[in-house]
Amino acid sequence: MKKGLIIGLLVAAVAFGAGMFFGRSGKQEMTISSSTQGASYSGGFKGEGGAATTGITSVAGPAPTNVVVVKDGESIQAAIKAAPKGTIIRVMPGTYHETVYVDKDDIRIIGVIEAGRRAVLDGEKKLNDAILYSGNNFVAENLEIRNYKGNGIMGQAGNNFEIRNNVIVDSGVYGIFPQLGQNGIVEHNVVSKIADAAIYIGMSDNILVAHNDVFDSVAGIEIENSRHAIVEHNYVHNNTGGLLAFVTPGLPIKDTVDVIFRNNFVVGNNHPNFGAPGSTVSGIPAGTGILVMAADDVVIEGNIISDNKVSGIIVTDHAHAQNITADPESEPNSDRVKILDNVMLRNGYDTITEAKALMLAEGKMGAKNLDIVRVGPSPGSCIINRHQYVTVGVSDFTECDFTNTSATVNYLLPPVPPREIKPGERGKVVYLGICTGCHTYNGRMIGPPVQVIQALYMDNPQGLADYIAKPAKKRDDYPEMPPQDYLDPETRLAVAQYMLQVTN
Amino acid sequence: MIRALVLLIAAIGTAGATGPAATDFTLNTSCPPGFEKTKAGVCELRTLYQFYDSLENRGLGGTRTALPPHRDGFTPYQIDLGRYLFFDPVLSGDGTLSCASCHDPARGLSDGRARSIGIHGEDAGRAAPTLWNVAFLKRFFWDARANSLEAQAPGPLYSPREMGNSPTQLLASLNGNATYRRLFQEAFPGQRGPIAEKEVFTALAAFQTSLVSLNSRYDRYAHGYDAALSDREIEGLNVFRSFVARCSECHTPPLFTNEQIAVIGMPEPEGHTFDVGAEAILHSPKLKGAFKVPTLRNITRTAPYSHSGAFADLRGVVDFYNKGRGNAVPKDMHLYLHWHISDPKLTDTEVDRIVDFLGALTDETFLPQTPARVPSGLAPTKRGE
Repeated sequence: MKKGLIIGLLVAAVAFGAGMFFGRSGKQEMTISSSTQGASYSGGFKGEGGAATTGITSVAGPAPTNVVVVKDGESIQAAIKAAPKGTIIRVMPGTYHETVYVDKDDIRIIGVIEAGRRAVLDGEKKLNDAILYSGNNFVAENLEIRNYKGNGIMGQAGNNFEIRNNVIVDSGVYGIFPQLGQNGIVEHNVVSKIADAAIYIGMSDNILVAHNDVFDSVAGIEIENSRHAIVEHNYVHNNTGGLLAFVTPGLPIKDTVDVIFRNNFVVGNNHPNFGAPGSTVSGIPAGTGILVMAADDVVIEGNIISDNKVSGIIVTDHAHAQNITADPESEPNSDRVKILDNVMLRNGYDTITEAKALMLAEGKMGAKNLDIVRVGPSPGSCIINRHQYVTVGVSDFTECDFTNTSATVNYLLPPVPPREIKPGERGKVVYLGICTGCHTYNGRMIGPPVQVIQALYMDNPQGLADYIAKPAKKRDDYPEMPPQDYLDPETRLAVAQYMLQVTN
Repeated sequence: MIRALVLLIAAIGTAGATGPAATDFTLNTSCPPGFEKTKAGVCELRTLYQFYDSLENRGLGGTRTALPPHRDGFTPYQIDLGRYLFFDPVLSGDGTLSCASCHDPARGLSDGRARSIGIHGEDAGRAAPTLWNVAFLKRFFWDARANSLEAQAPGPLYSPREMGNSPTQLLASLNGNATYRRLFQEAFPGQRGPIAEKEVFTALAAFQTSLVSLNSRYDRYAHGYDAALSDREIEGLNVFRSFVARCSECHTPPLFTNEQIAVIGMPEPEGHTFDVGAEAILHSPKLKGAFKVPTLRNITRTAPYSHSGAFADLRGVVDFYNKGRGNAVPKDMHLYLHWHISDPKLTDTEVDRIVDFLGALTDETFLPQTPARVPSGLAPTKRGE
């Protein structure tokens, strides 16, 4: 008796809080749209020349002609270290126990698959990450990665990356994790048993995630604090949560904008949550198909979303997410969510108490399923053909003024060529950024005045360039100069030429 | 009227003057190392990092990533005037402390203390942060309560626990000094009337933006010279940026800070009460114990570590992170610890390698020159000498 009263009060509180009214139950007029006709969403990205969308399928530029072959028993890293930028590292089938890092541009690590045998990077649960890259135009293909503790493939700021055709199993926190990069493709990878997100796009722009098979992980594919991402044609099954578009607070890039989730299979994501305590994903209820938290302009279209026991789609904000920190600079709501036609089957058959309370509040206590839940503010959101779904919290969504995204092919960019730097400009910057620490034009510092150097080398810049690479002690009253051999020969000559013509 | 007041103050200043003759001080006409003097006569920073880009122009990423937007464009005179002010104890209430007392060039532009000590010998509560690369920062103080160098300056100047000065006394001492009047006139030629706080703060900011450290061995590695780092340091770099240790998730290159405020749950030193940090500024209980992520550049030069100096050395800091999430959180307290604070279980060797790598972030080639004498005539002393 007493218990019932408490529940009754709770329901009333929820109903009041959600601003819903029992009296308004469902005689809305049905609006029926066809997704094969009608306007198309043009996306939020404007590239060069104003094009919102491209048909680009490769972003890393032309393949290098320099090829190095690594055989079983050899080291991939040794090959990368010896390779000039612009090299294909061809890795033959075999087992490699190493952490591979790539801090130069245009390196492609491409496995050779022979009768199903792959090049396997095996961390044996001892090594941290399989591949770390910070170079631009990075490609990783055809590899198998197992038993690492950190990440399978992790990028830090490399642009124009392509990560495809890899098999990644039980390799730590993230399977594939490009971070702080622009213009990348993650496709045709099979990723499983990952303790956070199998594929995690973090703080990156202009991304395509397509044709991947991700399963048995806490999160399938997560787009976090990123802009202009398309996630399509992926098979996302038996994770705790399938597809995620998040703004995580406390990161230096504060928003997630313009994400299209389309034509994916999001099936049976009911895996018990094994996320690390304190991680953001540890709060995801097992049985979540698609989760949008504080991300803006997320389009959900053409997915088959089935058998996710809590809900097919959850749209929420920071205030309703458990145990996450505050960030005054992050806008906490999921603005302008756009839900188009999706096939939704058997979702929400064993949902969480909070969702049941919301269903009660909307007078939907009889429903056996739940396709879409919205909690927290979601201004400017829209939906089409809402009558086909079992929903809570979407009654204030407007009718979308488009029915499909077919006008938006993808958001990739042509490979961005490296910035051309004229030798003179490089010489000046090296002179000011390095040489002036010890030399002034006409005064005594740690090294002799530039005027004195000019008198000695005026017609011999190459001589000066050679000297700074391998200095010898020349003056009793000055310390010996440290070698500047870390500058390449062209830069040494450029800085020598610049130094010989400065006038103050 | 103002003119008369200036003359009056000048007269008082001259009457009481005991310092060096005004003509002894001249302002440098050249820009500091690392800066180009433009046709407009201002100093602009030049670094190899300007040849790179960064996502959303935020200056965060990996090896060859551009720096964040920065402050520069001051004149050589403003920078050099700022240098005199920075080293002059006349800026403190009793003439015993200069900015350099706690931001000492000989101690990594910090002071080697767990927490700084103010003019009355009082514990200032928090450690003096290094000033290296402050030109790139948007937030100042451990609790991020100021958003510019100019807004930061009055904090230590007027705090009774730090330099203990007042605006009235500060401006009276500067306006009472013929040398400073002349130097301010040279640095701010358009400015009429007595020296004002605004010029003082601008000059201090100008000087501090010249404290740039971007020529470490790590930088040589980042610009493409593999041999700049030893095998141990590269191993350390790879642990540092691995997703097991996750150091670089917040201490992100190229500045080795992402400038966010984060709840880490570091211990306070013995007998020191819990510091709520940014909670008090942002009034957000979820940010209890949150502090700004500090840069790691020149980190070997600035022991002890943390906002209150709980760690004597770098190994102690890395050990703290390795002991696992929440290991030093007071028992009766709930903190919203940052999600990257995990339980990395690094081996002893991996911890050592991280420390090795941090040693590669040292570069003090642009260390400013301490003036032999300062316009007030006070000894540019440092506490402890």
